[in-house]
Amino acid sequence: MAFFFYFFAILSILSAVCVISVRNPVHAVLFLIFTFVNSAVLFILLGAEFIAMMVLIVYIGAVAVLFLFVVMMLDIDYIRLRQGFAKHFTLGAILCVVFFLVISFVIRSSAPNISNVINYNTNNVKAIGNLLYTDYMYAFHLSGILLLVAIVGAIALTLQDKKKGVKKQNVLKQLTQSSSVKLVKAKFGKGVEWK
Amino acid sequence: MEIGLNHFLIVSAILFTIGVCGIFINRKSIINILLSIEILLLAININLVAFSAFMNDIVGQIFVMFVLTVAAAESGVGLAILVVYYRSRGNIDVEQANLMKE
Amino acid sequence: MMDILKLIVFLPLFGSLFAALFRKSQLVTTAGIGISAVLSWYVFLTFSENYHLSLFPLFSLSVLKVNWAISVDALSSLMLIVITTVSLVVHLYSIGYMEHDKGKSRFFSYLSLFTFCMIVLVVSDNFVQLFFGWEGVGLCSYLLIGFWFQKYSANNAAIKAFVVNRVGDFALLIGIFLIYYTFHSLKFTEVFDTADLLGAQNIRAFCCEFKIIHIICILLFIGCMGKSAQLGLHVWLPDAMEGPTPVSALIHAATMVTAGIFLIAKCSPLFELSNVARELIVIVGALTAFFAATVAITQNDIKKIIAYSTCSQLGYMFMACGLSAYNVAIFHLMTHAFFKALLFLGAGNVIHAMHHEQNIQKMGNCWKKIPCTYTLMWIGSLALSGIFPFAGFYSKDLIIEHAYSADSFAFVVSLIVAFFTAFYSWRLLLLVFHSQKQSKINIHEAPKIMLIPLLMLAFGSVFSGIWGANILNITSNAFWKSSLVVVGEHGAHNFFIKLLPTLASLSGIALAYLIYHYQKFKQIKSKFLLKFLQNKWYFDEVYDFVVIAPIRLISRLLWKFDVKAIDSFGPGGIVRLVNECSKSSIKLQTGYIFDYALIMFVTLIIGALYIIWN
Repeated sequence: MAFFFYFFAILSILSAVCVISVRNPVHAVLFLIFTFVNSAVLFILLGAEFIAMMVLIVYIGAVAVLFLFVVMMLDIDYIRLRQGFAKHFTLGAILCVVFFLVISFVIRSSAPNISNVINYNTNNVKAIGNLLYTDYMYAFHLSGILLLVAIVGAIALTLQDKKKGVKKQNVLKQLTQSSSVKLVKAKFGKGVEWK
Repeated sequence: MEIGLNHFLIVSAILFTIGVCGIFINRKSIINILLSIEILLLAININLVAFSAFMNDIVGQIFVMFVLTVAAAESGVGLAILVVYYRSRGNIDVEQANLMKE
Repeated sequence: MMDILKLIVFLPLFGSLFAALFRKSQLVTTAGIGISAVLSWYVFLTFSENYHLSLFPLFSLSVLKVNWAISVDALSSLMLIVITTVSLVVHLYSIGYMEHDKGKSRFFSYLSLFTFCMIVLVVSDNFVQLFFGWEGVGLCSYLLIGFWFQKYSANNAAIKAFVVNRVGDFALLIGIFLIYYTFHSLKFTEVFDTADLLGAQNIRAFCCEFKIIHIICILLFIGCMGKSAQLGLHVWLPDAMEGPTPVSALIHAATMVTAGIFLIAKCSPLFELSNVARELIVIVGALTAFFAATVAITQNDIKKIIAYSTCSQLGYMFMACGLSAYNVAIFHLMTHAFFKALLFLGAGNVIHAMHHEQNIQKMGNCWKKIPCTYTLMWIGSLALSGIFPFAGFYSKDLIIEHAYSADSFAFVVSLIVAFFTAFYSWRLLLLVFHSQKQSKINIHEAPKIMLIPLLMLAFGSVFSGIWGANILNITSNAFWKSSLVVVGEHGAHNFFIKLLPTLASLSGIALAYLIYHYQKFKQIKSKFLLKFLQNKWYFDEVYDFVVIAPIRLISRLLWKFDVKAIDSFGPGGIVRLVNECSKSSIKLQTGYIFDYALIMFVTLIIGALYIIWN
């Protein structure tokens, strides 16, 4: 178990580093997906398999795909991306190291008396369901509304209804146009001549 | 060696730091900022689940559900904003996003 | 009587304020001075005992109490009539002279203000009020010399007068401080009563012991040198002729320049104790008289000749003071006021007739056209030269007699100066009225308003000598009644000695006729001597080199220092600091979101560290 933990933990950390450091944004999104996969394995190691599946479905299946759509739709200037890190790199790096040291200090100095044993016997889905629909029902509904609001917001932001030049598809028109669709009687065994 | 709570917490801390790094260090495009935010939220998820597993309290994982929801909603709306921004600006260069200067 | 005194003092002040506020104020101010003059004559003629009226305190500290007061004794009453009479004449004259000037009311306001300050000076009973009057007349002199302030030269002359006066005032002020230090009081009566007692103390200065009374008297005399234009501090008097002619008549002939003589006469008990100071006064007075007379014989501006003549006569008065003949000095002051003012106003008439031409070389041949002015100038010149029976004869001869018995240097100098005085007076008369140049300007007599006042002065010039010597007994102690020290009269002199001054004047007149009228001798041959005398013995140039140039250099250095060092640190420095701070603060606002996020992150770390450490 320790081997798996170390393996997947290191992998996830490495891929996170790659997310922020590769030049091609598509590569960055792919590395993000890889990070999510590795962390899902970590979740399984912790005995939270429902959370792991949720991460796979929601994060990778929805969010990362969305990212890919946007990245491929927008015209990201590849040439400029070759410019390297900013001049604040050293300062940022030092600050991050300091931050990490602070957090690790906090982690080490607090000594919780917990049992170091993970209970793999509980049914994760059942346990979550027990609490989610009873005690936290309001929060659950509110999160649904939150998602609704997000959908409406995203559509409201990007819908271009009245603007000219927006190409839309009118299927009926397409079919009733006689200029593009023509009914031709074909001779048996001969075919139609293209004009 | 016995994997304890601290290991998971350290992993989460490292991931969080990397996410924060990604916000400051990147000078490439706004997409990188959004990716870094996703890494941050992932780190938080690992933290919460670790605590919930080692303290035998399932509430941590319920909270993770909500964090997941919020993260999805937020990235959706954020990308929509990015699209609109790209439409009006023409590029998503981070160096040119300094209209807050005035 | 007290009300009369208050009216005498304050009517000129009210006139001045009235003129300052309203436009058509000449008659009001003149009427004010006229009433004041009549009342002064009344006080003088009915004078029997000293008056003293304390008005209100100037400052009353525990160690020093000084009041505004009106204290009239024989000396002050004589000065009052001189001041108010000449001031009245000048006011009447100015109504005509300044008729076409736009700043008339300002002029009359200044004239009355000056009269007020001079009156305050002579009726004071302590040194502080005297100093107030002293400064006040200096101020009015500045205002009046620079009256036509559009002229650049007038402004310069006014500043020169004020600054040179200031040098004298500085010495006077230190003298007053020393008086307080010695006598612990500033009232005249208290100082003079204890003069011989306390004045004999010694004071250490520069590792030498001096008697304090010598130092006080010398300092007071330096103050008088500045105010009365004695040698050394005389440089402002010729330039003061930039002011209008009535100003020259009032201030620089009759009143302000005589304030110095008044001070010495008033402090005669102090000066009697200090032979050092008196010898200094005699030397300076004699040198001044000689210097001014030699310069006057070569000047070409009519007013400058009369100005140097004033300087010379003041030298006479100081000589008399130095020879302990204070009463004679005041007598000569009185007669001099009359005939010098007459000469100045007559010169004003001549300038008016010649349409503002002041160079005597360009005038000529007009004695038939302006007969009244001609006669008046003759009367003034006769009085100045000391011809019997005019006023100057009595007063000047008394001075020369005193000089004979006291000091041979002063006697010889005064005779030479009498010769020169007559010479330049007749040079002026001959060149202005009798020279053969045909002038093409239309010369006409002055209006009546400018002639009638001069008649008053002519009357004074003719009769004041006889009146003073015989009727008032001005040489005896009975008149002065302890207002100043009268040293005992000397015995009767040789008749030849009495005749000598008249001989000197007559020979001067004869020489002037020979040179200028009959063209017998040529004028001064030596070019160098002519230039030397004409440029006033190069005093101005020497002062410019020795005093003005270093001061200007130092001021320029200090100004540069002030601008560069102090300004750039003080106000300039603060401005620069604010600018730098704002420029650096602008750099914080980059507009990039990740810079802001960075700052938030840093704050978060700092907060976390802070919490951990607590």
